[in-house]
Amino acid sequence: MTAKIIRVLMAKPGLDGHDRGAKVVARALRDAGMEVIYTGLRQTPEMIVEAALQEDVDAIGLSILSGAHGNLVPRVMRMLGEKGMGRMPVFVGGIIPPADIPALKAAGVIEVFGPGTATADVVRAIRLALGQGLSD
Amino acid sequence: MSTLTERVAAGDRRALAQLISRIEREDPETQKILAELHASTSRASVVGITGAPGTGKSTLVNALARAFRKGTAGERPRTVGILALDPSSPFSGGAILGDRIRMRDLALDEGVFIRSMASRGCLGGLSRSTFPAVRALDAAGFEMILIETVGVGQDEVDVARQADTVIVVETPGLGDDIQALKAGVLEIADILAVNKADQPGADSAAESLRAMLDRNERTLDGWQPPIMQTVATTGKGVEELAAAVLSHRDHLARSGVGERRERERAERDLEERLRARLFEHWQTAGGNRLAEAAEKVARRECSPEEAVRALLDEGRLDKKPR
Repeated sequence: MTAKIIRVLMAKPGLDGHDRGAKVVARALRDAGMEVIYTGLRQTPEMIVEAALQEDVDAIGLSILSGAHGNLVPRVMRMLGEKGMGRMPVFVGGIIPPADIPALKAAGVIEVFGPGTATADVVRAIRLALGQGLSD
Repeated sequence: MSTLTERVAAGDRRALAQLISRIEREDPETQKILAELHASTSRASVVGITGAPGTGKSTLVNALARAFRKGTAGERPRTVGILALDPSSPFSGGAILGDRIRMRDLALDEGVFIRSMASRGCLGGLSRSTFPAVRALDAAGFEMILIETVGVGQDEVDVARQADTVIVVETPGLGDDIQALKAGVLEIADILAVNKADQPGADSAAESLRAMLDRNERTLDGWQPPIMQTVATTGKGVEELAAAVLSHRDHLARSGVGERRERERAERDLEERLRARLFEHWQTAGGNRLAEAAEKVARRECSPEEAVRALLDEGRLDKKPR
């Protein structure tokens, strides 16, 4: 059996068209040996959850700069639960006011990454969530 | 029968996704599951879509899948499974799998299943797991299975061994008529698609390809590969392309060529499995000094020929495997 390769879905839910940050993170995850399924812009929560199911990913990264995180993220989390994927680690990146972070975490998001986050921290957080924290 | 087998055979999408992951990990359990599923496979038509990077393969796969879903030219709608390959980094082993970006039209269609796969070190345009994943999609009931290869150069022709029908995607301006004469990718085409045909040079590209095809080995199977002009972004020519795929499928069935290719495919598959098992057998029989021998060869302390002879002695195949 070959070693498990971590598969991560990177998606931009909602209507903002800025994917530079998502691409930088995707590249960093690739360089850390992960397979990144990049779905592109303007994804609905339904599309994200269905892609996560078909791709059987280990984690999901959502990049949101539109301010709609309070609506979009809980919908993704609820639908994951409905499809039996409630334990999937979900990370959020983008422009998220600090005051909104506790609500996202309460909805089940593992970590929220704002501007200036080192990509190594994202890699570490994903590995940690998947129980591979020591293999850095 | 394992529950995963039953769930996949019943068309459970989550189970199918999990089976493909286990295939990719080379989990030994999948051998049993695929064996159990074998009897329910072989209903699907497997279509390979290959061509250079940037020729529009993903967009064409998206458009083609929509045509099969809709059912065109008197054909009934069909379900579609897609395996979309992208390259793994030779350094980190990671990959960016971006083919879904062009397939958003299919995202919520229950009759479509898309799986992105990294090549994981395989250099022929596919990955080692591609063919077993085709079997899984087939067993789950998908009727048309589209394999989009890694963007290829001139020599990555593995898809011809796995697919019933190969579409080679070209674009105008990719090269002169000497390029069309060269051996390799163009020779494996059952159908040639000149995509981006709204750009200048589409007719002359089609003409060069036509001249090359007049002497193609594969026409010996009684099939003249058609040259289709498509614009995948608008859907122009795509219904005709879908119709050509179905008529090639009918040709394979009618002429007996399909059966022959299936036999050849099975033979190659068995040969590869046998090689892999013999290597495993050698390892379990005590052959484990590969790295050491490689170092000696690199230092010119012994030749590769001598090294192989010594290694074979070490893992004697007449010993019982553990």
